Amino acid sequence: MTGMMKLALLVVLAPLAGSIVAGLFGRTIGRVASHRVAISSVAVAFVASCIIFYDVLGGARIEGSVYTWLTAGSLKLEIGFLIDRLTALMMVVVTFVSLMVHIYTIGYMEDDPGYQRFFSYTALFTFSMLMLVMANNFLQLFFGWEAVGLVSYLLIGFWWKRPTAIYANLKAFLVNRVGDFGFILGVGLVLAYFGSLDYATVFSQAPAMAGTTIQILPGSQWALISVVCICLFVGAMGKSAQFPLHVWLPDSMEGPTPISALIHAATMVTAGIFMVARMSPLFELSESALSFVLVIGAINAFFMALVALVQYDIKRVVAYSTLSQLGYMTMALGASAYSAGMFHLMTHAFFKGLLFLGAGSVIIAMHHEQDMRKMGGLRKYLPITYITMVIGGLANAGLPPFAGFFSKDSIIEALHAAQRPGAGFAYWLALGGAFIGAIYTFRLIFYTFHGKERFDVTGATAHADHGHGGDEHGGPPHEPPWVVTVPLVMLAIPSVLAGFYIGKIVYGDYFGSSILVLDAHEWIAELAHEFHGAWAMVLHGLTSAPFWLAVAGVGVAWYLHIARPDLAGVVRDKGGILTRILEQKYGFDEFNDWFFAGGARKVGTGLWKGGDVTLIDGLFVNGSARLIGWFARIVRRFQTGFIYNYAFTMFIGLLGLLSIWLWLWRGALPQ
Amino acid sequence: MQAATPWLSLAIWIPILAGFAVMATGGDRNAHIARPLALLGAIAGLLVTLPLYAGFKLGTPDMQFVELSPWIERFNINYHLGVDGVSLIFVLLNSFVTVLVVVAGWDVIRSRVSQYYAAFLIMSGLMNGVFASLDAALFYVFFEANLIPMYLVIGVWGGPNRVYAAVKFFLYTLLGSLLFLVALIYLYNHAGGSFAILDFWTLPIPLNAQKLLFFAFFAAFSVKVPMWPVHTWLPDAHVEAPTGGSAVLAAIMLKLGAYGFIRFSLPILPDASIALSGFMITLSLIAVAYIGLVALVQADMKKLIAYSSIAHMGFVTLGFFMFSGRELIPIAVEGALIQMISHGFISAALFLCVGVMYDRMHSRQIADYGGVVNTMPKFAAFMMLFAMANTGLPGTSGFVGEFMVIMGAVKFNFWIAFVAATTLIFGAAYTLWMYKRVIFGDVANRHVAELIDISPREFVVLLLLAVAVLGMGIYPKPFTEVMDATVGNLVRHVAISKI
Repeated sequence: MTGMMKLALLVVLAPLAGSIVAGLFGRTIGRVASHRVAISSVAVAFVASCIIFYDVLGGARIEGSVYTWLTAGSLKLEIGFLIDRLTALMMVVVTFVSLMVHIYTIGYMEDDPGYQRFFSYTALFTFSMLMLVMANNFLQLFFGWEAVGLVSYLLIGFWWKRPTAIYANLKAFLVNRVGDFGFILGVGLVLAYFGSLDYATVFSQAPAMAGTTIQILPGSQWALISVVCICLFVGAMGKSAQFPLHVWLPDSMEGPTPISALIHAATMVTAGIFMVARMSPLFELSESALSFVLVIGAINAFFMALVALVQYDIKRVVAYSTLSQLGYMTMALGASAYSAGMFHLMTHAFFKGLLFLGAGSVIIAMHHEQDMRKMGGLRKYLPITYITMVIGGLANAGLPPFAGFFSKDSIIEALHAAQRPGAGFAYWLALGGAFIGAIYTFRLIFYTFHGKERFDVTGATAHADHGHGGDEHGGPPHEPPWVVTVPLVMLAIPSVLAGFYIGKIVYGDYFGSSILVLDAHEWIAELAHEFHGAWAMVLHGLTSAPFWLAVAGVGVAWYLHIARPDLAGVVRDKGGILTRILEQKYGFDEFNDWFFAGGARKVGTGLWKGGDVTLIDGLFVNGSARLIGWFARIVRRFQTGFIYNYAFTMFIGLLGLLSIWLWLWRGALPQ
Repeated sequence: MQAATPWLSLAIWIPILAGFAVMATGGDRNAHIARPLALLGAIAGLLVTLPLYAGFKLGTPDMQFVELSPWIERFNINYHLGVDGVSLIFVLLNSFVTVLVVVAGWDVIRSRVSQYYAAFLIMSGLMNGVFASLDAALFYVFFEANLIPMYLVIGVWGGPNRVYAAVKFFLYTLLGSLLFLVALIYLYNHAGGSFAILDFWTLPIPLNAQKLLFFAFFAAFSVKVPMWPVHTWLPDAHVEAPTGGSAVLAAIMLKLGAYGFIRFSLPILPDASIALSGFMITLSLIAVAYIGLVALVQADMKKLIAYSSIAHMGFVTLGFFMFSGRELIPIAVEGALIQMISHGFISAALFLCVGVMYDRMHSRQIADYGGVVNTMPKFAAFMMLFAMANTGLPGTSGFVGEFMVIMGAVKFNFWIAFVAATTLIFGAAYTLWMYKRVIFGDVANRHVAELIDISPREFVVLLLLAVAVLGMGIYPKPFTEVMDATVGNLVRHVAISKI
């Protein structure tokens, strides 16, 4: 094993070890030791990732197996790593955000009795996510895929006493399983037709398989690659919360806020985006799969943004914003602009992580109140949180020169340039999303930090249901300790600066061979001709539609929440049925509860009562027992024990047999 | 080749003799002797299986550790033992689970202790006999003899409705076996007076006869697996059986049926197996989907796990009967075998978990629980692991078999894989919904508030199972390695017509 492989192994094993120590021995070694172990393990992973990133920039490419997982016949399944530029970028982003969140957690979870458990879970998450991105084969990808789902499940239900939390985590797991259902079929098709699960083998054979068709429904031949890609993408729809499997993400906000930042905004939910980018050699071969991706992404980007407009829970606003931004990334993939999608993934990890941690900071200051209607005017109490949140908000709204502008604008431009069914539809929804995005982002900021103070300074609204609350929390809101604010600042820096790498990452050759784009789909390369540096892009951006839409959005938010705060309610009421549809989140939850959850229970009860109990047990099993019993009762009457009864029966029997014999054979008897 | 040391005989007879020794300790006032003696017997039984694994030669499908001596010479019935890569693992699994069951019953069983332990030890030896038999008559004797201790375990130490459950269990399985006996006698005559299973393998049999024999075998094995629609004895048996009985029933006894398919049906009747594979696949898929939905609505934890067992065993029979042309799909067959072992660990673990709660609360109803994690955090962590393993989470043993079977199924037919893969959703739904209602939440009632977390004894049992579940999930190669040559041979053998 080469030195680089050892280093790669260290990246994954350090957080795993941290997790095991904090989880199994957390109670013995205490809170401080636990968080030190967990944080230093993630720090080790971060530093090692940076070293690897540096080497990869220098042209290194790490590929190799760690151990053979199993052999079956001629098939060999391995655990191994593939680290190219795509992976290295993900590794740095994941470990960096994870490290920030770990530090932040010290402050956020301070009083929680499950402190060590929390660190154990987050370190385990880091391990799982790294296994996912560093995989060199589909099996390990699936391993990481499900493992991050497990940790997400555990963390959404972290406060298990809340009925809403344990409802949300079950829902998240099941909806993700629906996605995984598609995913595993995709993996199965890959194995069946390519005979291997290794990326390298599969990707090298892919062009030769482009013409292969399979018969899924009788009478229609479908392109194999399209079926594979759509199956895999169903997995991405679950993990990356794409319509109609998005329903779990808003509810996942029941988890502690650091988790919302790490798992449900910055990293885990982007696994689907990463996966599609990783699979670009497959997706590129299927025009129909990419169109499907495009349309799903567009629906997410626009319609989920609308729902954010009517939410009052600060975390849910950010959650719906995440859904919308994930939609942008997905659209980018669908337009073959993988690099732009990945770039947006990176900038989004910073600014959305920041927005969530900022929201968490507000929540701590408000004694775990999350309703924005009970906030307002917080900017003078929480200056650092306010400034960093505004930076995050500007980036989220896509205003130049913040990071989100570069990535989002590139996506919108790519959609405009793309020649693919669905691209036009996606382009208009993306523009609409830019407008709505600015409104909901600044609605959140104005609602929370500006205007009248709508909270009760005595802290009477504290939720005390998970160890928080208590006397020391009284008084007006104040800035949380440095462990909370430092990560905010650390995330705010890349939220401003990361965009300037666009020339290298999106329009340059950063990704090189790690992402494949067919020549016919090189719309990003076309845009690259018009790219003359980041500042030129900013200047050009000032004259483009997305910018003015975003500015208009901020203006609308300002008018409704600062200039005429009375109007917000009026607009809401005038919205009538439209508002109600948004408040109901399009009714997906009700439909799923009624149709899928209720339906499965009804069918299950029907099969059980009708099939097992009545038919099989009632009719056949107990029925045959009853039949034998009934027969036995009748036959028993003949066994009286009296000789004369038996003699009589014998006599009658003899007579009967004789008569039958005579009747049957009377023709044959001698006359 | 005769084995130098009769390890297989030891694996069979040490537990049985230990069982009789335990029984000889008599009444409950000697329970303090019976318990350690039983543990000793179980551990000795496990230890003598270790040389089997250590000395097992990889890369050959031949029977190893063969023992052959005449038994009933008049009918040419031999005491003929031997293991290949498939049967070896089940001998190990069985001996391992027996130790756990003995430890798990330690403080819980307070009446007729010596007889309880004797039943389990004898049963363990008999089941090793089933897996090691190379003579069909010997196989049949062990196969049927198993029913007696299990019948007693359910009927004596079971719940309130134990008699109905025990009789149902006994009759159901016995009726199936009778046709099996008829089939064996037919084969005996057909083979010119031999009960050697390996002779049966090479016997040419016309297709119609193969089909009839197939159904006779099916009658015996499908009931044991159990396959839909002859599964209804299992939920009743599990609900009434004591914890240890449920664990052994699910972990080992169900495997006898599946083992029968791979030892008898497939190699002896390859043509009928291919002809009737559609039938077998259909029943398997019904087990996965139909039973998955039925499991969802169970109110009794043991019943839920019992139904979950049926659904998981559906994967086993599915993996055994997928043919592409005349070829079995190796990954699916090995996946099915892995699933059998994994299910042995997981179902045993889940039944023991329910047992831990039942011993404290005397209820199996989900509705009587809620918030157990608040009072039993260690237990909750273990049960989380086993629940996740039951949903087939990667990194646990539950994933390996399901994954392999689904991989094989996609190759075979997309829609069959589609139905099979619904287990990802149903399995997660019924397992985690139960977990949510039982373990999560605030303390539901006074009884839950008074619960005491697991004792060191319970901890050890669950820990051993946890190590097995995780170990097999992270590194399944030692298991597939052992069975690889045997499965390869089976695939080649079945591909050749015997008509």
